[in-house]
Amino acid sequence: MHKKMAFSFPDEVLEHVFSFIQSDKDRNSVSLVCKSWYEIERWCRRKVFVGNCYAVSPRMVIKRFPEFRSIELKGKPHFADFNLVPDGWGGYVFPWIVEMAGAVPWLEEIKLKRMVVTDESLELIAKSFKNFKVLILSSCEGFSTDGLAAIAASCKNLKELDLRDCEVDDLSGHWLSHFPDTYTSLVALNISCLGSDEVSLSALERLVGRCTSLKTLRLNRAVPLDKVANILRRAPQLVEFGTGTYAAELRPDVYSDFAGAFSSCKELKSLSGFWDVVPDYLPAIYPVCSKLTSLNLSYATIQSPELIKLVSHCPNLQRLLVLDYIEDSGLEALASSCKDLQELRVFPSDPFGVEPNVSLTEQGLVAVSSGCPKLQSVLYFCRRMSNEALVTVAKNCPNFTRFRLCIIEPRTADYLTLEPLDVGFGAIVQYCKDLQRLSLSGLLTDRVFEYIGTYAKKLEMLSVAFAGDSDLGLHHVLSGCESLRKLEIRDCPFGDKALLANAAKLETMRSLWMSSCAVSFGACKLLAQKMPRLNVEVIDERGPPDSRPESCSVDKLYIYRTVAGSRFDMPPFVWTMEDDPSLQLS
Amino acid sequence: MEGSVAYDNDLNLKATELRLGLPGTHDERQEQQQKQPVSNVRNNKRPSGESYGQNEAAPPPKAQIVGWPPIRSYRKNNSQPKKTDTEGGGIYIKVSMDGAPYLRKIDLQVYSGYPELLQAVENMFKFNIGEYSEREGYKGSDYAPTYEDKDGDWMLVGDVPWEMFITSCKRLRIMKGSEARGLGCGV
Repeated sequence: MHKKMAFSFPDEVLEHVFSFIQSDKDRNSVSLVCKSWYEIERWCRRKVFVGNCYAVSPRMVIKRFPEFRSIELKGKPHFADFNLVPDGWGGYVFPWIVEMAGAVPWLEEIKLKRMVVTDESLELIAKSFKNFKVLILSSCEGFSTDGLAAIAASCKNLKELDLRDCEVDDLSGHWLSHFPDTYTSLVALNISCLGSDEVSLSALERLVGRCTSLKTLRLNRAVPLDKVANILRRAPQLVEFGTGTYAAELRPDVYSDFAGAFSSCKELKSLSGFWDVVPDYLPAIYPVCSKLTSLNLSYATIQSPELIKLVSHCPNLQRLLVLDYIEDSGLEALASSCKDLQELRVFPSDPFGVEPNVSLTEQGLVAVSSGCPKLQSVLYFCRRMSNEALVTVAKNCPNFTRFRLCIIEPRTADYLTLEPLDVGFGAIVQYCKDLQRLSLSGLLTDRVFEYIGTYAKKLEMLSVAFAGDSDLGLHHVLSGCESLRKLEIRDCPFGDKALLANAAKLETMRSLWMSSCAVSFGACKLLAQKMPRLNVEVIDERGPPDSRPESCSVDKLYIYRTVAGSRFDMPPFVWTMEDDPSLQLS
Repeated sequence: MEGSVAYDNDLNLKATELRLGLPGTHDERQEQQQKQPVSNVRNNKRPSGESYGQNEAAPPPKAQIVGWPPIRSYRKNNSQPKKTDTEGGGIYIKVSMDGAPYLRKIDLQVYSGYPELLQAVENMFKFNIGEYSEREGYKGSDYAPTYEDKDGDWMLVGDVPWEMFITSCKRLRIMKGSEARGLGCGV
């Protein structure tokens, strides 16, 4: 029972105060203070974040937050990005759209990640939400340009259409023409993932020309360089731009046209695209480089000397994505030119080659860590590493929030000492007290997990592959990492013991993925029995797990907490370990 | 029932631990994990040309592990610049037809000669091309298939030998009406 305090605020005042609280975490905390705060908060929450679309049902969300205007949903487990989750696993957005179409007619924003989005879903969105403004689809699949045409045709107030890294069935470039001539409100358009050559360039030019508020435009590879000038000239106000293919015949008229159009864009801060780069065209962007804060060259197959020239023109760079063609020498140049660098991602140009094709080693990473004091987020693919380098990097960068290292060959030892890399990663977690995300690689024993469990108190996401010796490794992580939300493991000798001993921990996390490990079917069943609010799903394309002995390891295991009970849309190769069907909540 | 398992620095408490599996099965599973897991073995695609360090005595290609290294599939082909249309892997050209609102793309290498090509184009755009003759071009229809060659000239399809055609054709256009008839006499 609660007493109304003599000096309590009227609801409207509280609501006004709450409107300044945007972060999801804070909103959740607010709702836990007392029942009246819970009530007030739920009526005024405008943005809903659902980190796992199966953790809750659309009806439950709508019931609790009747007035939301923006929803963000995530579907498949992260390892789906690397083809570890078979097609048809799930993550369908349609049921959500159906429920929201009826109950949330004023919905403005939908952000989806790793979900299956059909044309039917897109058509329903187009039809149902009169004030629809923002559609961001990240790593989604299942739709075609027909669905996009529906959005273009109906969403008069659309501001953002962002298809990042989606797999789209390209039926026709004509969908762009479905934006009516009266439509002018576009602010951001990202079609970089589209393959079709037939993106109608004239429709694109007209669209860009009439949308004077356009700030972000990311083209797809099919847009030729000689057409980019026409587009840029119509949008000198662009802040973020992604080129199409960066190759053209070397003709002075084409070059000067292109360079001229570029230099008229005085607001550019972010560039991407750069497929098929012809190096002679790179100087065209030099005039805008001094203002650039973000540069994505991860498709640019240019060599280190050109890359060095380019980055040395960008003193204000905060974010760089690049291929390992940059080499150690390029990273050293980066370290001396770009003192504001916060995020670096170095991708492998030849991920499946056995021998190194470029001279990129741990030295490059060390150089950047030493030269860039603001470095916070690293994704680094390389072929050799040493504990010494990792310790140096850790000491140089105590502010790391994300550290993902991928030594390409699994179980690669310290190349200097031939020891495991436990100490190196141990230094990372020890010195980087705010580390939120960590991906491990190389030769690692249970010892590295002991370090992680001991020091990585703010760690929220951990990715592990080909590491560890025994269940003790997993136990260290589950029992020590207080902030852990997502754990994904592949090809590690972790089995039943650690999992069952830490069953309760799993309910404090969003999800756990384990594939090619040593968890038995029997343990899965037991876990599900112990923990009714977890969905324990076995993914096994070999056939039903109960056709094999209980002690047999399952192929893939995905465990997540949920208040929605088992899901109904599982394909034939996914089995949910549930004890009693009547315990399901609707 | 699983019992509580005490963990300390020395892991091996096998003697006292309670396990779920049948006796002996734990060791089997441990052993299995020592082998490098290889599922869905594929042929290793080696990039042509550019990698240095590659020589006659290069080690045999390794079997690929699914999902490793952890990169998205759209990033997998960055080891060399995109091949131009004529270097191995098809000769792609655009096909347009007067009056049709869309373009198509075809791979000329797929066809063995003009009849096959024209049949495919007819199917694509749902029309009839008519009979070809060297003297009179395409009779019996309002359409004439033309192509732009390397020099930028527009030619009637069928005038040159097929092999020459596929190396010089930059794009195809199905012309309609009077323009088409004008080309009937060839160049």
